[in-house]
Amino acid sequence: MKVLASIVSAGLSKFGKLDGLYAREIFAEAAKEAFDNCPNLNPRKDIEALFIGQMSEAYERQGHIGPLMLNWSGLDDIPAFRVESACASSSVALRVGVMAIMSNMHDIVMVGGVEKMTHLPTSSNMEILASAADFPFEQWNGATFPSLFALMATAHMHEYGTTEEQMALVAVKNHENALLNHKAHMQKKISVEDVLSSKVVSWPLKLYDCSLISDGASCVILTKPELAKKFTDTPVNIIASTQAQDSLNIFERESLTTLKSIKLAAKEAFKASGLTPKDVDIAEVHDCFTIAEIIAYEDLGFCNKGFGGKFIEEGETKIGGEIPVNTSGGLKAKGHPVGATGIAQIYEVYLQLIGEAEKRQVNNAEIGLTCNIGGSGATATVNILKRGD
Amino acid sequence: MNNISVEQFYSFCAQGKLMGVKCEECKALYSVPKPFCLKCNSKNLSWVQLKGVGKLASYTIVYVPHPSFQNEAPYILGVVELEEGVKLLSRIKNVKLEELKIGMPLKIDFEKTEGNAWPNWVRYYFKPNLTENNIL
Repeated sequence: MKVLASIVSAGLSKFGKLDGLYAREIFAEAAKEAFDNCPNLNPRKDIEALFIGQMSEAYERQGHIGPLMLNWSGLDDIPAFRVESACASSSVALRVGVMAIMSNMHDIVMVGGVEKMTHLPTSSNMEILASAADFPFEQWNGATFPSLFALMATAHMHEYGTTEEQMALVAVKNHENALLNHKAHMQKKISVEDVLSSKVVSWPLKLYDCSLISDGASCVILTKPELAKKFTDTPVNIIASTQAQDSLNIFERESLTTLKSIKLAAKEAFKASGLTPKDVDIAEVHDCFTIAEIIAYEDLGFCNKGFGGKFIEEGETKIGGEIPVNTSGGLKAKGHPVGATGIAQIYEVYLQLIGEAEKRQVNNAEIGLTCNIGGSGATATVNILKRGD
Repeated sequence: MNNISVEQFYSFCAQGKLMGVKCEECKALYSVPKPFCLKCNSKNLSWVQLKGVGKLASYTIVYVPHPSFQNEAPYILGVVELEEGVKLLSRIKNVKLEELKIGMPLKIDFEKTEGNAWPNWVRYYFKPNLTENNIL
């Protein structure tokens, strides 16, 4: 098992509707936490590069955020890069950071993500998010993000008998987990009935099947494995970091019920780490819509194809279940500031593996997995993390 | 000159034609334009008219619309599997919600868009194919 890079600190801003705060200020909050938690690190002296994920400059009419976020996290002069891969922006940035470490170009880098969304109305959010779908053949025909996942949901219901109740259970679980996470956007217990009776967004997906429009930022500090102990007694090692793609549009894919990108990235990640899905103690997966979490269970290999609905029904993914999924509350309830999401998943797994996940701590978690997707699954990343010795 | 482009695809729509792209070498068929054959890399592609009939592979009813379709909500969006085996995403019109069914036969139609701003392409949509009696 090869360690690609080690995480020595991490930070996460509060997620939510952060009125009056813009991306720069929100990212600074995440960076400050990562620095404060790592007193042996001198950020200005030690950090050699910044990689930052952000989906769209349309939100704040602000481009060129590499140097901006660098300045606002108190760093100067070092190279800064913005990475865009829609909702997978920061997990793709993480892979770029890992490449920088593995190539020996840098010893210590910071990777983060940020998005400021809540100051704009739903219609603007719909349009900006839809820009991750194919313009001439999807957006031009009226596709929104909920509608693309709804097409997958209808097909999954038809093919495997998955029910609206089973999808609702994903929302119920993730809302319950978010109650244990003070940084989560939504702090509200909900029932299956609440989900089923909520406003229809794009049938069969209702309001409570959809993740939140949130503001937030996330970051991690990565080093070469041999340097990790200089900065912390509790490093977390990245033992696989993979990415795969599919067609940007959904209609040219072979199947509407499988995300090939997740399957390929997962296969590669398990091969690289020498592990199997059974070895995973906890996972943060991309629940932008409840159906996405069900499809992720199947395509990551946590259960057989078509049995994702049953898997949630049997409670296997609750805290205390076979494999707790989205202990943070997930995109569904912790919130989904799209550019920040990939690293926010890493942040939760990091906390779990160092035993700092407070009331939602999973006992003795040693191996954690994240799965972040961009758009309707044209991009997928899988990371496998292991508690350092 | 190779005229296989998105712009040309929509020019055909303006003429009431749904055109796919066929590889003359390996015979692969695509519902939307490609720069070269993605299966065999040949540049020898040509437009081929599709019948514009197919069946509904999946659908959703969009209540919170794309801003460009504010006045149409709720509208139906579907993935249509064309008779030739390739697929398109499209609005489905002239159908009652309770009649929506995976497998229902559909045929294409076209409509102009308002205004002159880019891209003002003629849109395709699908509607029930009433001449097709073999409902799957």
